[in-house]
Amino acid sequence: MGNTSSMLTQYDIEEVQQHCNNAFSQQEIVSLYERFCQLDRNGGGFVSGEEFLSVPEFAVNPLSQRLLRMLDGLNFKEFVAFLSAFSPRATVQQKIEFIFKVYDSDGNGKVTFNDMLDVLHDLTGQFISEQQREVDLILEMPLFTDCKQVLTKVLEEAGYNKESLLIMSDFVKILGSSGLKMEVEVPVD
Amino acid sequence: MSSGKGGELIPSSSELDLDRPNIEDYLPSGSSIHEPVGKLRLCNLLDISPTLTEAAGAIVDDSFTRCFKSNPPEPWNWNVYLFPLWWCGVVIRYLILFPVRVIVLTVGWIIFLSCFIPVHLLLKGHDKLQKNMERALVELICSFFVASWTGVINYHGPRPSMRPKQVFVANHTSMIDFIILEQMSSFAVIMQKHPGWVGLLQSTILESVGCIWFNRSEAKDRETVTKKLREHSQGVDNNPLLIFPEGTCVNNQYSVMFKKGAFELGCTICPIAIKYNKIFVDAFWNSRKQSFTMHLLQLMTSWAVVCDVWYLEPQNLRPDETPIEFAERVRDIISVRAGLKKVPWDGYLKYSRPSSKHRERKQQSFAESVLRRLEEK
Repeated sequence: MGNTSSMLTQYDIEEVQQHCNNAFSQQEIVSLYERFCQLDRNGGGFVSGEEFLSVPEFAVNPLSQRLLRMLDGLNFKEFVAFLSAFSPRATVQQKIEFIFKVYDSDGNGKVTFNDMLDVLHDLTGQFISEQQREVDLILEMPLFTDCKQVLTKVLEEAGYNKESLLIMSDFVKILGSSGLKMEVEVPVD
Repeated sequence: MSSGKGGELIPSSSELDLDRPNIEDYLPSGSSIHEPVGKLRLCNLLDISPTLTEAAGAIVDDSFTRCFKSNPPEPWNWNVYLFPLWWCGVVIRYLILFPVRVIVLTVGWIIFLSCFIPVHLLLKGHDKLQKNMERALVELICSFFVASWTGVINYHGPRPSMRPKQVFVANHTSMIDFIILEQMSSFAVIMQKHPGWVGLLQSTILESVGCIWFNRSEAKDRETVTKKLREHSQGVDNNPLLIFPEGTCVNNQYSVMFKKGAFELGCTICPIAIKYNKIFVDAFWNSRKQSFTMHLLQLMTSWAVVCDVWYLEPQNLRPDETPIEFAERVRDIISVRAGLKKVPWDGYLKYSRPSSKHRERKQQSFAESVLRRLEEK
């Protein structure tokens, strides 16, 4: 399959389907191709960061920059593979793997405290920082909360600490039982 | 017992977009995420699936891009019998209709210019007469334009009467909206200043009917334009203002948010709904894909431009309404009449990024929920 926005052949569709482990039906892949060509306005064969950001719903998403790093320069086959985690046919394991990849920005298979802190910052913006949380009973002075403290407290309660390096199986343990819902419907004409 | 002011958050430091309607009032409130309860655990912090789902949903399909998708008529010529028929149609359209239309348009321009130039130059002293003649001439050239596309326009509703403190608003699909409306009654429209021959027409002929120009890309422009709008609407002898509050061309199946500028002038608003019949031609001017000249040529090589125009009941600002609510109410009236689906986006997002206010709102609500659950034992 070339890099130009040409018509999809049956062979192309099957190749893409195989690459994404049958996460999408053939009709859905055709729809996704139309969408890909719609987003790829300059016809370069991949959708650039600017082109993704021209979708306002995407641009206002707090994790858009993180996702752009994963999306930039993908061709259509890789684009479908990226989205396969959101298919209703994807397993919980695949969804957790995707979430892990979002956290693991350097791709070394380990999520550090700082990785988690970065994502927390993306999600909360400037709205948790130096917030007065409680008044210390003894000192009668205000106690402040920021992202680091929130994350540390919650990690420790779960049996980890600031130096822990989480790997994929840790994520499965933490997220596996929480009924993960991460699905997107591909509109088919 | 101490109870901290936990949950008090730093207000957003982004500047308030006073001139744009508040998207917050229109987006589905909160989010599709149900309100989480219970003590904050690690799985809650690490589970970013709701946010990721929203992002993926936007990548796969979004209501904003849908507004600007051209919808060409379905090809119907794919068999042995229909293909020759279609081919005959092409020949007729390009080799017979098109030259005839070009001739009609040229004749129209000749008549127009040979009357307009003398009137413009010679009747300088007689303002009222000059204005009336120029108005009639502009209506004439618009009729010629409409004839050059074989325009079949059905006007419904009482024709607007010329009264002061009255402003007309309509949904926007292409610059031909103005021509179609101008053919029936003289309006002073407010438009984006275009380059090329369109700009030339704008600065010469259209000025005579009192049109106002703005430039989207200039920030200060907005105040000057608002001032001009106000002045024009107060004037007794001016042509009534025609405003397209969407601010950009939309594909006639959706309507984007109305800008509140037209609704703050203290005038009666007369809504006009325009719906094109897609069977004949897709009248949406996709300015990202084609120039206005190409768009006109496309219209002139189609069978016809068929549309319905409804003049709707004039509306006034209600005592308990803000201008933004008023704009939304009128948008509702127009969308229902013309069969358009409403989307909560500002048309100008075609040219710029959404303000950080919207992301900050999401961040704020997530932060609040985290802090609240942190308190729970």
